[in-house]
Amino acid sequence: MAATDITRITPSGSRLRLGAGEIWRQRELLYFLTLRDIKIRYKQTLIGVAWAVLQPVLTTVIFTLIFSGWARFDTNDIAYPLFAMTGLTLWLFVQNAVSMASNSFVNNTNLVTKVYFPRLIVPLAATLAALFDLIFSIAVLAVLMIYYSAIPSPQILLVPVFMIFAFVLAAAVGTLLSALNVRFRDVKFAVPFFLQVWMIASPVFYPASMISEKWRLIFAINPMVGILEGFRSAIFNKPFDWPLIGVSVISLLLIAAVAVVIFRSMEDDFADVI
Amino acid sequence: MIEARGLTKIYQLGASNSRSLRDAVTGFLSRKNSSRETLIALDDVSFTISEGESVGIIGRNGAGKSTLLKILSRITPPTRGTASIAGRVGSLLEVGTGFHNELTGRENIYLNGAILGMRRSEIDARFDEIVAFSELEKFLDTPVKHYSSGMYMRLAFSVAAHLEPEVLIVDEVLAVGDLAFQKKSLGKMKDLGESGRTVLFVSHDMNSISRLCARAIWLRDGKIAVDSSAVETVAAYLHEQTLTGAERVWDDARSAPGNDVARIASLRVVNKKGETTPSPDIRESIGIEMVFDALASDKVLIPNLHFFDERGTCIFISHDWNSGWRERPRPAGRHKATAWIPGNFLAEGTISVTAAVSTYKPLMVHFIATDAVSFTVVDSLEGDSARGDYAGLLPGIVRPMLEWTNE
Repeated sequence: MAATDITRITPSGSRLRLGAGEIWRQRELLYFLTLRDIKIRYKQTLIGVAWAVLQPVLTTVIFTLIFSGWARFDTNDIAYPLFAMTGLTLWLFVQNAVSMASNSFVNNTNLVTKVYFPRLIVPLAATLAALFDLIFSIAVLAVLMIYYSAIPSPQILLVPVFMIFAFVLAAAVGTLLSALNVRFRDVKFAVPFFLQVWMIASPVFYPASMISEKWRLIFAINPMVGILEGFRSAIFNKPFDWPLIGVSVISLLLIAAVAVVIFRSMEDDFADVI
Repeated sequence: MIEARGLTKIYQLGASNSRSLRDAVTGFLSRKNSSRETLIALDDVSFTISEGESVGIIGRNGAGKSTLLKILSRITPPTRGTASIAGRVGSLLEVGTGFHNELTGRENIYLNGAILGMRRSEIDARFDEIVAFSELEKFLDTPVKHYSSGMYMRLAFSVAAHLEPEVLIVDEVLAVGDLAFQKKSLGKMKDLGESGRTVLFVSHDMNSISRLCARAIWLRDGKIAVDSSAVETVAAYLHEQTLTGAERVWDDARSAPGNDVARIASLRVVNKKGETTPSPDIRESIGIEMVFDALASDKVLIPNLHFFDERGTCIFISHDWNSGWRERPRPAGRHKATAWIPGNFLAEGTISVTAAVSTYKPLMVHFIATDAVSFTVVDSLEGDSARGDYAGLLPGIVRPMLEWTNE
């Protein structure tokens, strides 16, 4: 038995790296934790997975009742229910992923205090588990598209790109909040409020064109702006607003980098402070 | 091989544990950091364990055993010092980590295996063995929330027992299940040790340490007290334990705590039959018997006892309020006072007792014998204590059996 792996244990220093290699080696753990999060999400509920359909459908109905009644937006010839549903598809994913991920350590205290593994796996598994609901949202969106005869163009092939951006954004914000939550339980109370404000600040139920031209790029510092606009352009065959998307993607990468740095600097102490 | 060099772990108490943002902000603003209390859990610990060696770690609660295992398992980093471990490390600080009540036995085997660092292919290969070991074939597709506590622990241990790392770090996880299963588990551990694996094993059970390990390290107050053969280390440890165990006798009056009014002679933890009991059953009442000499005959003397848990938290203080000696002076001579703690009141764990004799009008403490004796309350898993059928961690410093009514 050749002992090839050497584990070195040292006092915590600055380890500013993603540790992707280690996460890759432990991908099976990531898989099982994601599977667990999906399996238990709707356990002990009356209607189970139907919630994954009801959540986007009911929200779309409410938005439609409010915003196509008296507050009309210029949705660029897209039927409002369809417009709202495209926004909600990505937004509800980000919202669910961030709220699940931010509580992931607090809900898995004994994983942190009793076993070692790359800590990033925990919020990452929560984010991946939220993809399960996204599948149902996409199905609802597809049904709506058929109903409104919205015929996609080859541009729809870019849809996955914006989904990946949304995933990275959710993972970054969720990871950052999960680390802060370990130390400050205030996060638990702040997250729902933060998500509410974030939704209002994102073009979920209104188009980005509502914001005057000169403020639009500043508006796009919220990565959700570029992601949602790009997603809609890809689906409805509209021209892409590249400067807007560019600002959002740069902001997204900065947020992700900051999240990783903060997470890395905090993770060593998790077992001691949780 | 495990090589530890000067491992030190210092915990910041108080301010750093603040869990609310407001505390952190005010703490930062007022810069109270200098007055922060620290706890040295591990103090400059060095040792080398060769490949294939089985080493036991013993010591009282709070001596740093768990901290050492947590550092070697990479759960928490050391404050100072380094360690290196050659070979794939498997650590078992708890059985059933990550078990989820809603998942079935089968699902939990895979999840728990992955958490312990097993690959899926390894779990597949050993799946039948794990199931056979647990004797739970019929319940594999039942959610574990329907398992009894015994079944739950059996499944959890079975997964852990099939972990096959080159270096195994184990915290007191063997004391699960019924006696037959414990024996089986111990046998499994012995096999692992004999198959050339390096095993580091923490236990309070001196018998299993002597049986499983050739060498043992005794940690006292975060430092290595003795590092020798298991037999020698265990003997040295037990010798000291009896000194600060359930009985303490001050043979020499000159060194016994006291003044010219009262002096302690002995302190014992006893059961109803009057026998010294180091580890009373949680269901039985526990007596603390204090023998002291009154050296003057004109003082009202009130014996009092102070109980502390492992963290040093005062559980309660009790003084003799009902024996009639509250009002009248005690005659000179030997007195024996026993306080009875009811059964099903204290929680599991080690409790240390400080004994004193005071006079209240005016207040005067004649002697105080700090941490003179200690005892460990044990909660069996027989189901008729406050624990019921729950076998997991049950926090709290008291564990009363409350009356529950249902309508």
